Amino acid sequence: MSDADVVIIESGGANLASLHHALLRLGARSRVSADPAVIAAAPRLLLPGVGAAADAMSRLRGHGLADLIRTLRQPLLGICLGMQLLYEHSEEGDTPGLGLLAGEVRRIPPAPGRPVPHMGWNTCRPLQGDPLFNGIGAADYFYFVHSYAAAVTDCCRASVDYGEAWCAVARRDNYCGVQFHPERSGRAGARLLRNFLES
Amino acid sequence: MVGGILELAARYRDAGADELVLYDITASPQGRSVDRSWVGAVAAMLDIPFCVAGGIGSVADAEAVLVAGADKISVNSPALQRPQLVDELARRFGSQCVVVGIDSLATPDGYRVQLHAGDATRTRDTGRATTDWVREAQQRGAGEIVLNCMSSDGVRNGYDIAQLRLVRSHCTVPLVASGGAGQAAHFAAVFTEAAVDAALAASVFHSGELEVAALKAWLRARHIEVRP
Repeated sequence: MSDADVVIIESGGANLASLHHALLRLGARSRVSADPAVIAAAPRLLLPGVGAAADAMSRLRGHGLADLIRTLRQPLLGICLGMQLLYEHSEEGDTPGLGLLAGEVRRIPPAPGRPVPHMGWNTCRPLQGDPLFNGIGAADYFYFVHSYAAAVTDCCRASVDYGEAWCAVARRDNYCGVQFHPERSGRAGARLLRNFLES
Repeated sequence: MVGGILELAARYRDAGADELVLYDITASPQGRSVDRSWVGAVAAMLDIPFCVAGGIGSVADAEAVLVAGADKISVNSPALQRPQLVDELARRFGSQCVVVGIDSLATPDGYRVQLHAGDATRTRDTGRATTDWVREAQQRGAGEIVLNCMSSDGVRNGYDIAQLRLVRSHCTVPLVASGGAGQAAHFAAVFTEAAVDAALAASVFHSGELEVAALKAWLRARHIEVRP
């Protein structure tokens, strides 16, 4: 029913072109959709998100997608805010999330030498093996842009140090999420997306 | 022209640049917005973040650039003329993609913000203290400040460490140093002495005098953490 390898769930935010191009560089076709039928039939899904958690959640609910996403069986990768939405709750606007990952998203406290938003390249510390991290190690850098992050809980597969340890990669079953932007993380990011496409 | 941009973008991507800023520095003084036909082409080939600067004076201007695939937009003169623009951009797109660029000049009265610094014939002093504008821009929602120190810009004698240190003490969002890079030691100095989050340079790379990969290796050898 869908002619795309990956369906990008429309959750608001202007910048979806970079994801589309990153997938295309890996030979994968993508389309953006908020249509429940297209999303339910997709082989793989990306949940991106830029902006505020409350806006993104209300947009998902408005399209009838919040309940649908909870019932999906195919691989779904949340990116940045999209990952944060998979958790139970976000401090940002006191927003209930999709509840697919256990834990809470909190604001990163700014401190001297540690500006917020956290914006830049960081390595990740692998905590448990994950297929997303195949061929990727502790020396690889990823590009982060965020002011909120999830605490390290049982579902955390890799963490990033920014004042304290925050969750960088999380998974429960077919639902996974990355706090960084793989589409803007050079070769390491491309490898992670390829791992997702092959999952 | 577009071919030139793509070629340059590919060169820096392959050399290991961490982010590209694409400036159309003449856009604002001429009252036109940046020509966006190339933004989509750059977005298709880059796998690192990039920011578009020049002539973005409205939410609609910014949206067109972001929809085409840019990660951030940088505003300078239009934000000075209408500071509310920063609030509007941050509210619509989030602070993380709103960069405020500041051209700052050392004057007898202290550091002052300059308008239309991209066109020497139209540049004028706004009378605003640079640190005041840095604070206001953050309050309005800027997620990053690029401070271009005009006295050192283009002379390649090093970044303006004193000014950047002062601004750093007023800046809790990422601060990017601009203006003055001429050799590898200038990058080491600005990271260790002014604690900036990133250093921007143009002519020293364009001329081939300094190569990005070699610079990064040099910094790593001096225990300054950079992405390989």
